[in-house]
Amino acid sequence: MAMTITEKILTRAAGRAAVEPGDLVNANIDVVMCHEVTTPPAIRMLAEHGIEGVCDPDRIVITPDHFQPAKDIKSAELHKRLDDWAKKHGIKNYYRVGRAGVCHALLPEQGHIRPGEVIVGGDSHTCTYGAFGAFSTGIGSTDLAAAIATGELWFKVPPSIKFVLNGKLGKGVYSKDVILMILARIGTDGALYKAMEFVGDAVTDMSMEARMTITNMAIEAGGKSGIMNVDDVTRQYLAGRLKDNRDYTVFESDADAVYESVEEFDCDKLEPMVALPHLPSNGAAISECAGKAMDQAYIGSCTNGRIEDLRVAAEILKGRQVAIRTIVVPATPDIWHQADKEGLFDVFYEAGCVVSAPTCGACLGGFMGILAGGERCVSTTNRNFVGRMGSPKSEVYLASPATAAASAVEGKLTDPRRYMS
Amino acid sequence: MSKAHVYKRDHINTDEIIPARYLNTDDEAELAKHCMEDIDAEFVNKVAEGDIIVAGDDFGCGSSREHAVWALRGARVQTVIANSFARIFYRNAIDNGFYLIESPQAAEKINNGDELEIDYKTGRIKNLTAGIDIDFKPLPEFALEIIRAGGLLEHIKTKKR
Repeated sequence: MAMTITEKILTRAAGRAAVEPGDLVNANIDVVMCHEVTTPPAIRMLAEHGIEGVCDPDRIVITPDHFQPAKDIKSAELHKRLDDWAKKHGIKNYYRVGRAGVCHALLPEQGHIRPGEVIVGGDSHTCTYGAFGAFSTGIGSTDLAAAIATGELWFKVPPSIKFVLNGKLGKGVYSKDVILMILARIGTDGALYKAMEFVGDAVTDMSMEARMTITNMAIEAGGKSGIMNVDDVTRQYLAGRLKDNRDYTVFESDADAVYESVEEFDCDKLEPMVALPHLPSNGAAISECAGKAMDQAYIGSCTNGRIEDLRVAAEILKGRQVAIRTIVVPATPDIWHQADKEGLFDVFYEAGCVVSAPTCGACLGGFMGILAGGERCVSTTNRNFVGRMGSPKSEVYLASPATAAASAVEGKLTDPRRYMS
Repeated sequence: MSKAHVYKRDHINTDEIIPARYLNTDDEAELAKHCMEDIDAEFVNKVAEGDIIVAGDDFGCGSSREHAVWALRGARVQTVIANSFARIFYRNAIDNGFYLIESPQAAEKINNGDELEIDYKTGRIKNLTAGIDIDFKPLPEFALEIIRAGGLLEHIKTKKR
């Protein structure tokens, strides 16, 4: 039977001969991602139900990230509950403050993500890991508790939509612009419950960092998962990174696999995009919205806080001054360290930006850059819902790191291509 | 009898149901105080035990925070009726034994303040104010099993016994 890459991964994880969309399967979970917001409730629920054990501590990866280092007493309590539990169960893949980073940047970087596996995490952007040819999806605390205790979880096999990204991205146009274009076409529920499979020349050309920006935002279309094929770029990224030497399996969709629909996109003529308030699907080309005054620029998050993103921002900010409050948040300690070594912090400092510790921070209105009522922020993050980064009366404009940096320089939404040689 | 709180809007997201500024706790009573705060700051003062929220497409989209379900449950909301639900929210609700009703016509046939009665067994919303019935498809058996058990973890415990 012809199957998609998603169906093949779930077939194996469920120990079946084949699956098709709509089947209910119990899948074996290879990696469970835990952070300090959704995991402490899971731990509490397990204790309340008298389920003390952990199925397999080695399959659990923990990093505090949303409010890390702890921002207040309440979040410190969450950190403590996570810390006590991790120690009690001897979980070795535990990234303490100092090694902790934004989970979806940290897990691939530290070699926890392998093609062909099933990964769940108590965070909606867990779909990021699909860039590595894995099935990966976000879950809530109860599901997290179940996955921790049993090592498996029920899934309804999702139908797949194929997104064919043709052409080559022009100068100043990035994978962020591509996913904002896709969201603008299909809407925030355009892939509800579906697996979004991204293929095409534009994907093949992208680095793993760039690919992760796309799968990261699959949830913004309501998708259950985003997924891409494994190629040499993937293999190269994984080489020397994987935490153990266990072989991984590369699955690919059959040529005659069944898709619910196929969406084609031409990336050749794509302009830098901005998602206007208050939905990620409110995409507009920069030519339609340039000039809108901003109060803050935010460069970071699981969507765009990786080293490539910081390099792009630094290239634009080099030798220039920001006109508005500009906050740079390297997503992990390794990214932070690398940026420092490359002299990017000098650039940010001289331009007038502030650089913070790795954290999800202000992306979700946590801390480290909260917006006041009436303020507008151009942000490299993934959501611009009402109140997402602070006051319900503030506005968030989603864009690429290049667009955010150029907009920081001018204090208004700006086409980054003006600043690129 | 239960009163309907109708929000004729699509994509009501988890940031509106429970803003992230309150995610530094998982205490249900505390979360309930801020339920729906960023879409309707008065909601918590208006809602009575057993009341029902009615909304458009894609209710619960956004973050995986189960806190959204806990906030609604803590605010003693009986159920949410929407044209459609976002995936993670839907799953979280079932896992907590919180019944959701998918009904594409409900938002058109229910007005704010209408008195509703729900027959979960047959799949019928009785709008007592308007004098009309709206049928819905009850949740599938596997979901009902989880809800009957009182949630996913109870369900797992029962299966293990």
